[in-house]
Amino acid sequence: MIEQNLRAPAVLTPTKANLSMTRSRISHIKERLIELVLLLAALSSVAITLAIVVILVKESWVFFQGVPLKDFLTDTQWTPLFDDAHYGILPLLSGTLVSSLVGLLIAIPLGTIIALYLSEFASFRMREIAKPVLELLAAVPTVVYGYFAFLVVTPLLQKLYPGLPGFNLLSAGLVMGVMIIPYVSSLSEDAMRAVPMNLREGSYAMGATRFQTALKVVTPAAFSGIAAAYILAVSRAVGETMVVALAAGMQPNFTWSPLEPAATMTAFIVQVSQGDLPHGSIGYQSIFAVGLTLFLVTLCFNLLGFWLRRRYREVY
Amino acid sequence: MQHPASFAKPATHSVAQIRAIIRKHKRWDLVFAGLGILALIIGVVTLAGLFIDLVATGWGRLTPEFFTSFSSRRATSAGIAAAMVGTLLVILVTVMAAVPLGVGAGVYLEEYAPKNWLTGIIEINISNLAGVPSVVYGLLGLGLFVYAWNLDHSVVAAGLTLALLILPIVIVATREAIRTIPGHIREGAYALGATKWQLVAHHILPYSSAGILTGIIIGVARAIGETAPLITVGAAVAIFTLPSSPFRSDFPFLSLEWLKEPFTVMPIQMFQWTSRPDQAFQINAAAAGVVLIVMTLALNGLAIYIRYRLRKNIKW
Amino acid sequence: MADLTLENIKAESKNLNFYYGGFQALKSISLPVADKKVTALIGPSGCGKSTFLRCFNRMHDLYPGNRYEGSITLKPDNVNILAREVDPIEVRMRISMVFQKPNPFPKSIYENVAYGLRVRGIKNRALLDEKVEEALTGAALWNEVKDRLDQLAFNLSGGQQQRLCIARALATEPEILLFDEPTSALDPIATASIEELIAQIKNRVSILIVTHNMQQAARVSDYTAYMYLGEVIEFDVTDSIFIKPKKKQTEDYITGRFG
Repeated sequence: MIEQNLRAPAVLTPTKANLSMTRSRISHIKERLIELVLLLAALSSVAITLAIVVILVKESWVFFQGVPLKDFLTDTQWTPLFDDAHYGILPLLSGTLVSSLVGLLIAIPLGTIIALYLSEFASFRMREIAKPVLELLAAVPTVVYGYFAFLVVTPLLQKLYPGLPGFNLLSAGLVMGVMIIPYVSSLSEDAMRAVPMNLREGSYAMGATRFQTALKVVTPAAFSGIAAAYILAVSRAVGETMVVALAAGMQPNFTWSPLEPAATMTAFIVQVSQGDLPHGSIGYQSIFAVGLTLFLVTLCFNLLGFWLRRRYREVY
Repeated sequence: MQHPASFAKPATHSVAQIRAIIRKHKRWDLVFAGLGILALIIGVVTLAGLFIDLVATGWGRLTPEFFTSFSSRRATSAGIAAAMVGTLLVILVTVMAAVPLGVGAGVYLEEYAPKNWLTGIIEINISNLAGVPSVVYGLLGLGLFVYAWNLDHSVVAAGLTLALLILPIVIVATREAIRTIPGHIREGAYALGATKWQLVAHHILPYSSAGILTGIIIGVARAIGETAPLITVGAAVAIFTLPSSPFRSDFPFLSLEWLKEPFTVMPIQMFQWTSRPDQAFQINAAAAGVVLIVMTLALNGLAIYIRYRLRKNIKW
Repeated sequence: MADLTLENIKAESKNLNFYYGGFQALKSISLPVADKKVTALIGPSGCGKSTFLRCFNRMHDLYPGNRYEGSITLKPDNVNILAREVDPIEVRMRISMVFQKPNPFPKSIYENVAYGLRVRGIKNRALLDEKVEEALTGAALWNEVKDRLDQLAFNLSGGQQQRLCIARALATEPEILLFDEPTSALDPIATASIEELIAQIKNRVSILIVTHNMQQAARVSDYTAYMYLGEVIEFDVTDSIFIKPKKKQTEDYITGRFG
């Protein structure tokens, strides 16, 4: 068999040789075609970003024809559906900021502690069990967390603090914080585990304890990766929708108090989308203006996070 | 203890002092390990508390009728039939769109892409897309699919919106799965005269299929749980019938009518029930939450299991 | 297996066995470490010389599944540093180590050298300043870095980084300093400066050095042990080992017929 195969080219007639040439040309074209199709698939992701930008800008453009940018940025009321309509983004920004801050105050310390614990203290077995469980925490649908915040956590908090309204930023923020713990812990842990063993050995060889090594050597060495995890958690908190929509309410309220109800940017988009707004009305366009703001804010954090992650990959 | 003459000062600590210092520092090790376990417990307790509360509240409503009933004014006779079928159909569209696009893009970036500015842009872009808030995808779906492409508030518009949302997950999973294939497999295939596409079709895709599958499952679990973008795309408030069947008795036996019909999905059903003031509907919400959480956690568990098996079995 | 009796012993291993899980990496090693001298461990790759070195500051305790048998006794207080009740951290505070690849911490030059002192809880800035300068001078690095102590240690050259690691180890005045192939990642000029440094510091600290470079062992050490397959084959004054080894195996190795 093998011998025959080896001899085959020698007995090829010229026509057969030509045929095989043509076949190779066809297969070459086929190869190029496949590569082109795959390239288009890869470019589709760029097309999505472009489409997001085009659609948000296009609709916002119409919105800003009717609402001056100055009012949008400085007015302290957001009442697009009232007769006396105001379009100040500040109340939505304050709601977003407060709920995100509460969430991050939970997620960043707990996530970092978990990451350090799993990377530097826990046994292999412990890590193998804890990591999937944490992943499940991130896998629960956000609407379920919203239900939990609104119907379980808020009543609990009301027992501690009877004056707390049914909708409030605090319980939304707390539950959101637990929800984004895995985003902080998993990425930070990756960064910590990427710190080469010889750095740890250097520290232990000096007589350092685990805690000293974790705090003084591993954390600074993994700094940019940990920072990237924080940044992505911020982006996640700012963009979170269902928890705040259900638990913090959808009434815009210019406040810095987590004990009050207030709509976030995302909750407002949900509120308007739920109603049947006519295409082209100013209410319809306002959600795109808010969406554009949201997109730009998260874009900054995402790019910063990308840059930081790339930096820690370059170091080790 | 004798000290080297060249050191001006005697050693900073005696052995007894050193022991005292170590004891003190080791206390911090214990404190921190305790904190780590506490932080993990907070996560696990939240997850467990959430699940237990849902089951305790919703258990009574989880009857066979609950799965076969449609929307109703009376909480006790309302069910999730439309939402279950809707989720199934929307996810079908999502998978059909996201898998070829995502796997194609992943293959291109790992096997074909030259290192140039275009590839760099695609990389940054995918990383950013993964961080865009899901509600912004909803605005994209609303502007692009619903209005620009005139797909209306339909199953296909919803499915495509979710496809764009999970595209980064599928791309990243594909790339990571491909990256674990060692270089000598490629060299081996090329050495036998394989073309690039033959290498991809015969080696790269089969060897990375389990990893890609894991990514797809995680993406699907995420899509099943997404609420905000579908509210924005415009889910129906209530649906009282099943959509038209995808099968028909005459040629070509398949019907695409269902693609254009209005939709609702599980998380939206849960959201609507949760935000009703009537407590009876909140029990329905809990029951829907149990179904939703079981679906997403089962899918995630499956993905974790596949990944675990994969790591155990393949040793390059 | 020691063929030599020493007068001033800083530490001594007796019937030391070491296991990585089920694999026995060291077989009944008995070897003295001379006080304020350089003892070199040579032998082919995988002979256990680094494994043996890492027993001295209990580095193996960092990984699960490792097990010691036998003893390493530290003089003059005669403690078995491998004993279960002895805290590895205390051992590491008394016996320091310099690694194969320079591993400065992602901190300033100053903080790298001060690390061991800070680990001991010293906060007095004047004392730290003094010890840092002393250690850097001792590691022949002070003049090169005294104007940029606040800069990141990563910015130093490979040879400077390794001298920084030596300064870091010296700052806490250890009783024994372990070197694990300290020049294998360095160029010849940097290697020469490290060897010179070892010669300078040996009058104040006992040194145990692992090297795969026989010339290096011959140049820097006073005593040499030849190891093979987890055993010490021969231990003697360095000159004797290299000029008239008693064992055929040792001779084959150092004449290049093997290894």
